[in-house]
Amino acid sequence: MTTSKTDPQSEAQPAAAGSASAGETAVGAGQRPRKAKHDGGAAAGGRSLLTWGAGGAGVVLLALLPLLNLSLPGVLPGPTYTPGSLQLLAMCMLMAAAALSYHLLLGVTGLLSFGHALYFGAGVYGLGVILDTFDIPLLPAMGLTLLLVIVLAHVVGAVGLRVTGIPFAMVTLAFAEAGHVLVGRNPGQATGGEEGLTLATENLPEALLGVANTRNLYWLALIVLLVVFAVVTWVQYSRAGHVAAAVRENELRVRVIGVQPYLVKLLVFVVGGVLASAVGMVYLLLQSGAVPRSLSADFTITLLVMVVLGGVGSRWGAIIGGVFYTLLDQRLTALAQSEAIAGLPDILRIPLSEPLFILGTLFILVVLFLPGGITGAVHRATLSRGQRRQAAARQRQALENAE
Amino acid sequence: MSQHPQPSADAAHAGATGAPAQAAAVQPAAAQAGAHARPVLEIAGLTAHIAGQQVVEDVSFSVPATGITALLGRNGVGKTSTIKAVIGLISRTGSVTLDGERIDKEPTFKIIRRGVGYVPEDREVFSKLTVAENLRLAERDASPRRQLVEELFPDLLKRASQMAGTLSGGQQQMVSLARALLNENKLLLIDEPTKGLAPKIVQEVAETLERAAETVPILLVEQNLQVVRQLAAGAVVLSGGRVVHTTASALEFLDNEDLTQRLLGVHADAGHGEDAAAGHGEDTDAGHGENAEAGHGEAAAPANTQTNPNGAQK
Amino acid sequence: MSTIVLLTVTGLGLGALYFLVASGLSLIYGLMGVLNFAHGSFLTLGAFAGWEFARRAGADNWWTFLGSLLVGAVVGALFAAFTEFVLIRKLYERHIEQVLVTVGLSLASVALFDGIWGTDTIHISGPEWFRETTGILGAQISNDRFVAIIAAVLVLLGLVFFLKRTRYGMIIRAGVESRSMVTALGIDVRKAFTLVFAIGGAAAGLGGVLASHYFQYVSPLLGGSLLIFAFIVTVIGGLGSLTGAAIASVVVALLQQFANFYLNGTGDFVVVVALALVLLFRPSGLLGRKS
Ligand SMILES: Nc1ncnc2c1ncn2[C@@H]1O[C@H](COP(=O)(O)OP(=O)(O)O)[C@@H](O)[C@H]1O
Ligand SMILES: [Mg+2]
Repeated sequence: MTTSKTDPQSEAQPAAAGSASAGETAVGAGQRPRKAKHDGGAAAGGRSLLTWGAGGAGVVLLALLPLLNLSLPGVLPGPTYTPGSLQLLAMCMLMAAAALSYHLLLGVTGLLSFGHALYFGAGVYGLGVILDTFDIPLLPAMGLTLLLVIVLAHVVGAVGLRVTGIPFAMVTLAFAEAGHVLVGRNPGQATGGEEGLTLATENLPEALLGVANTRNLYWLALIVLLVVFAVVTWVQYSRAGHVAAAVRENELRVRVIGVQPYLVKLLVFVVGGVLASAVGMVYLLLQSGAVPRSLSADFTITLLVMVVLGGVGSRWGAIIGGVFYTLLDQRLTALAQSEAIAGLPDILRIPLSEPLFILGTLFILVVLFLPGGITGAVHRATLSRGQRRQAAARQRQALENAE
Repeated sequence: MSQHPQPSADAAHAGATGAPAQAAAVQPAAAQAGAHARPVLEIAGLTAHIAGQQVVEDVSFSVPATGITALLGRNGVGKTSTIKAVIGLISRTGSVTLDGERIDKEPTFKIIRRGVGYVPEDREVFSKLTVAENLRLAERDASPRRQLVEELFPDLLKRASQMAGTLSGGQQQMVSLARALLNENKLLLIDEPTKGLAPKIVQEVAETLERAAETVPILLVEQNLQVVRQLAAGAVVLSGGRVVHTTASALEFLDNEDLTQRLLGVHADAGHGEDAAAGHGEDTDAGHGENAEAGHGEAAAPANTQTNPNGAQK
Repeated sequence: MSTIVLLTVTGLGLGALYFLVASGLSLIYGLMGVLNFAHGSFLTLGAFAGWEFARRAGADNWWTFLGSLLVGAVVGALFAAFTEFVLIRKLYERHIEQVLVTVGLSLASVALFDGIWGTDTIHISGPEWFRETTGILGAQISNDRFVAIIAAVLVLLGLVFFLKRTRYGMIIRAGVESRSMVTALGIDVRKAFTLVFAIGGAAAGLGGVLASHYFQYVSPLLGGSLLIFAFIVTVIGGLGSLTGAAIASVVVALLQQFANFYLNGTGDFVVVVALALVLLFRPSGLLGRKS
């Protein structure tokens, strides 16, 4: 006699699913883990409401800052109403907005672009060159720049998205470098070459000019940040955003259910580029000029570092990363020039007087030991130990999916 | 004692449901094996994910120390994934014991070096390496059994300096098998070795496996049920990433039309010729519709088949 | 005619440098799936190490030059092996994070080179012969070009020999096809990872010393500027293909030289356009495998 056993119940369920197509079965098998994730999301619903409330209050506070006399010694150079502090805060918000536009690519769609600076730089230089060359007011000039960026992003996206993963990173890098080199060459004396370009102010509104008006630029930067945040949120939760997220997790599965990932990725790529260029335009106004670095691979890498420091996949992470990086860079640069550092022996002085050395090292440490970056760490701190390990694994997964 | 030990939880359930005692099991295949031999591979609660998707779910079974055990199931039920999880090619949790030693925390290359030969689905020969290089790469032992391989696959000797990618499917399968047979192994894991091969070659592969099984136990994934009939002693059947049936007699399972229809979606005994083709097709979709109802057919199962509600899911 | 010869040889010299960077990049990517942004730093450190050695040993001497090549290669190899062992290995099979770590390393190391050697370019000198020229078909060609070309050809031959004739070479070739199948034959493929990094680092370090003679300076940015073209070369050649990298190095460098001369300085754009065309018609590169 033979011993065998059959398990009718456990078999019945998959068999029922089996009446659909093979692709369906694959999706069905994935449902259990995904459901767990959703449950977590529901539990976090209350917290999310809190986050939005805090966000609203934060926006009001930010909007009022130029009218207040607050001091943050060690972070801001002076009280909040002074131009120096407002300039730094505006820069923080612009970098946060630029990081958000990059988040749309990396965090939402899993596109690792090394050429995002091209669009930021196109905003900076596009507006700068147009204002310099044509006698038109600011808003039409901005519109024209946006148009150019839309075309540019379509062209690069259409070519670059023919490959995925690492090759995509290399291709976007190559295109951005072409832009970087072009600007550095100073074609037709338009870009000012390596020296950069000074903002032509003839057609600009009075309110955006002069140190005394820094707070107007500050408010403009705040508006840009809010608009970028709104657009990113909207895209992320739109149908396209859901498909993009599905593409990030499993492109094959998306193809199986008959959606063309290419077009969705192109859409996200173009929107990300347009947002970056909008930030770039305000950056030009704030800095009163442009330098080729805004188009360089270094700048893309800066955005990447911001997003990863803050936490890949999280909008708040991108914002926090952008602000944190900008402030830290500023403080480290000040530190590098301080007397305390100059007096140290070489072995300490040299590394400490290089802000990028410290930032690069910090970045490596975060990638190695802090999956999910700052927001991930904060999130984990609020969880139990078991949940914590799961969360870390999920955050690792968020990055792995980016391939 | 059963030649094919069940995981303890299952045994408990078997008792509770009043199923026939396993101790009663006596079977021909077991006779030569030595009744007390411990299974070469024991899997308990094995779970694995691919791309965040669970593809192997709480799988438990064991592979006896001799003979061929078939791992059966329709396309996409997780047979390949189970094998990959055993040797750590995909990340897994649960316990896997090879010859009494836990291997579920070990990296793949160490598991292989403990004496596991792996013949992957789709052969996976290195297409830009020559046949000789493919074989040399696989040599682990101090004195690899080159002679045996030359004797089994004389064809490969002639093609030693040919790029493996330019070989026919059957020849590539020979390379893949040879890579596993070069070394002294405790266990072979062989995944669909006859897939896509001409009937004559299928028979050659089957004979090779039969010969190999004289010295080493094999866990064999095979869609060609005639080959399973010919070779396998026991069988484990998967569905939806779970074990739904285990038996110490693959023949008896295959003879049970109702079960094979339900679990494999084919008539196992519907002519030995076409059967092979049916097993290989994308799937026999026609059979699917009835499966849900067919699931109630347990009453028709023979007395020696135990049902086990333990694996049921919420 | 002499212009064409001059452009060709200069282009080949530049192509040689691209190849020395791209070969390592391509092998590393092919075997491990890692895009190594720190590869430029391997080159830069090799160049500085070679220069420091030559400066101390008397720069105008052939033995010193050969010594500096060796020093550059060894330093590049050590730096690369260290990178793999300390940073990359921890992130086994997590490719994006591996890329991020190399990005961080590239940032940090270039900043550190800045701190140690300063941001200004340092002019270097080699044996007298380098500054002399040799006439070929009427073109007067600076001798350092030949050194770069010969070195790159030797590296190519050495790599081919290593890949074809040694067991580790075999493991690497197999790993480029399927990493998991190599481990499934009981081979610890991670040893090959360290080795590939070391080889790539050695080629880059060697390339650094040669590049510093070709351009006649060293600076912390030397590696970064070559790296971008090496990326383009590896994509055009087909990621993971050594032969592809060799062919694409030459093609890209020649295109660049000729376009710079005949199409007033548009070499870099022509290269990017070439990249776009390759992607449109052969996304996997000239000799790449289908992904
Ligand atoms: N690389 C992969 N990515 C995503 N899903 C996969 C992958 N490989 C297998 N799967 C899924 O895992 C399940 C089990 O596959 P597999 O183990 O290959 O089944 P079998 O070998 O029994 O045909 C299937 O549903 C399949 O869709
Ligand atoms: Mg399979």
